Amino acid sequence: MSLESTTYVLRGARPLGGDAADVVLRDGVIAEITAAGTADTTGAEVVDAAGQVLLPGLVDLHTHLREPGREDAETVASGTRAAAAGGFTAVHAMANTSPVADTAGVVEQVYRLGQEAGWADVHPVGAVTVGLDGERLAELGAMADSAAHVRVFSDDGRCVADPVLMRRALEYVKAFDGVVAQHAQEPRLTEGAQMNEGIVSAEIGLTGWPAVAEEAIIARDVLLAEHVGSRLHVCHLSTAGSVEIVRWAKSRGIDVTAEVTPHHLILTDDLARSYDPTFKVNPPLRTAADVEAVREGLADGTIDIVATDHAPHSREDKDCEWGAAAFGMTGLETALSVVQETMVDTGRLTWSDVARVLSAAPARIGRVDTGPAAQGRPVAVGEPANLTLVDPAARRTVDGGTQVTASGNTPFRGRELPGQVRATFLRGRATVLDGTPVVAGEAVR
Amino acid sequence: MKHLLSTADLSKDEAVLLLDTAAQMAATQSREIKKLPTLRGRTVVNLFFEDSTRTRISFETAAKRLSADVINFSAKGSSVSKGESLKDTALTLHAMGADAVVVRHWASGAPYQLAHAGWLDAGVLNAGDGTHQHPTQALLDAYTIRRHLVGLRGGAGEGVGADLAGLRVAIVGDVLHSRVARANVALLHTLGAEVTLVAPPTLVPVGVETWPCAVSYHLDETLAEFRPDAVMMLRVQRERMSGGAGGFFPSPLEYTRYYGLDARRLARLADHAIVLHPGPMNRGLEISAEAADSDRAVIVEQVANGVAVRMAALYLLMAGEDSAEGNDL
Repeated sequence: MSLESTTYVLRGARPLGGDAADVVLRDGVIAEITAAGTADTTGAEVVDAAGQVLLPGLVDLHTHLREPGREDAETVASGTRAAAAGGFTAVHAMANTSPVADTAGVVEQVYRLGQEAGWADVHPVGAVTVGLDGERLAELGAMADSAAHVRVFSDDGRCVADPVLMRRALEYVKAFDGVVAQHAQEPRLTEGAQMNEGIVSAEIGLTGWPAVAEEAIIARDVLLAEHVGSRLHVCHLSTAGSVEIVRWAKSRGIDVTAEVTPHHLILTDDLARSYDPTFKVNPPLRTAADVEAVREGLADGTIDIVATDHAPHSREDKDCEWGAAAFGMTGLETALSVVQETMVDTGRLTWSDVARVLSAAPARIGRVDTGPAAQGRPVAVGEPANLTLVDPAARRTVDGGTQVTASGNTPFRGRELPGQVRATFLRGRATVLDGTPVVAGEAVR
Repeated sequence: MKHLLSTADLSKDEAVLLLDTAAQMAATQSREIKKLPTLRGRTVVNLFFEDSTRTRISFETAAKRLSADVINFSAKGSSVSKGESLKDTALTLHAMGADAVVVRHWASGAPYQLAHAGWLDAGVLNAGDGTHQHPTQALLDAYTIRRHLVGLRGGAGEGVGADLAGLRVAIVGDVLHSRVARANVALLHTLGAEVTLVAPPTLVPVGVETWPCAVSYHLDETLAEFRPDAVMMLRVQRERMSGGAGGFFPSPLEYTRYYGLDARRLARLADHAIVLHPGPMNRGLEISAEAADSDRAVIVEQVANGVAVRMAALYLLMAGEDSAEGNDL
């Protein structure tokens, strides 16, 4: 972090997809934005960014980095390197590690591992309940006051199902402007659940995970949030009904935000017919009608953000029977491409909207949009130089084996996606150049 | 014919070929010497991740009557319970040179993975996977139905060459958890029969509306109005009754009252109608002793036909592969 500062000139970049410009990064901030070809390049490293879209560094509100506990699947270092490769400059690390991130000690450990790795800011998410067991509140205040400065609390992987406990959590975090990010899954309705309940599950004989199990919890939680005047964040919303409930809640003025994952924007439960556990994820892939509803929700602002739910798993946890396999898929390195394919190339979002749903809004929800390490800021002179350059014209075929993440469980293996992150800058320092992660100016791949 | 994974993959011609081949196999079984030399030197592995003595013995008998070498591999547990993984088991069988693998697994889709993951190049025969499919059960049911309702009744011998067009079959019981029901709906539809599923609404899967069959919640009404030629009773697992994850119906008595095949309902069947059950039966629950032991019941014959059908499947899978290249049943 204490490297001598290189000045970069991003030549011909298109801030938020607008007109080409030269963007100068110096001393960790955006020093100058000037007409293309006019910036002074003396002593600067020039990055040819012609045709490339310049976005604020992406911020993921929902990442599983697996450390501590499952370093075989991912570490803070490997996961944040993958994040940088995907254009991210900050990630929120979910709490379902081993040990669980339910104390100040664990969240500080994860925070420091992130600082040491230096690929992206790591903001640990604190567990809502001790051990994610849903029985009593973890020491939320201690985590908020720790060096990790936790503002997002979640038992993700499990639902805070007890309505009283959920109410208390929503109330308690108001003291430090925190937010509870709910994994909405009614546990009794989803016992043994393997995939979306519907036509495909009926046919292929896998136990169903009904949409109502998600929608019932979201409906309950928005009403609880209204009642106690708290803010609520809904993780990985996946059904058309959930979109409607959140839309209704927002129309009532309830302080709720919602996220959708890239995979729920593009993949459907038909993929389960292959019995390939790569497509086993929680919440499960839904129907084409649900995919259309979440795209519409993202386009009209009902859904605030896209978050990856990047969930790396070791090969042995996926190379087995569907019923025995772990839930989850990787996403950091494909998120922006999926958003481009489903939302930008279809004309439903502009690049400026992409900056909102993948950077500004998640940073605001996570309360990391202010202070010396502010993220999700505008692309403007004087702002921190957290930036990503994407070539929207590039096309690439995804290969799980050559991704930066330590795990190979990408659902897009063999699939061609648009867009390629060419460079990522964290406070003016390049973490990715020429599409490859770099440390102190050297490629590490 | 490389694999037999699901009845949904079978064309009508393929299904009829399987039934006709089974008829040929059955004919050999009345001889004094029942053994055929067809699969001499070939190895069949019975890979059972779930106990099923009946099905395993049926496949073992079928393979031995065709002179195959049979290895029984009881792989209890799974990668979940830290047993050997499905993949390692498959690699082991591959290394041992298995020519066909008969697999019974608690996980829906496991035979599909064995056939397609590239771990193994043997033919895979699904002997029941989770709540998905049980193709040889459906084939032996269809064989039994054809023999009685097309062959014997129609005076067409064993019904060779015929499909089941125009026949009506009621399948009664726990459809939700039943691989037998799924396998039968697909196969009976392919063979031209009309199917009505009868079950309490709790035991019908969400999504059933796309299946090629009708659904009824009322057995008496179905018997009176649908007038089935065959009634297939499904086994009801004891664990479906208790509370907790069970609780699919209030009590065994209530289940029997509305969905059990008892003497009264038996008497309302058409004269020619037959009663099937995949076994093992819960006498007094889904089927009464009167029904199970009546001369309409073909339940014991189903067992015998099971051997013939499995001989046919193994034969077409292993010996028939040269003559039916690319015919991926």
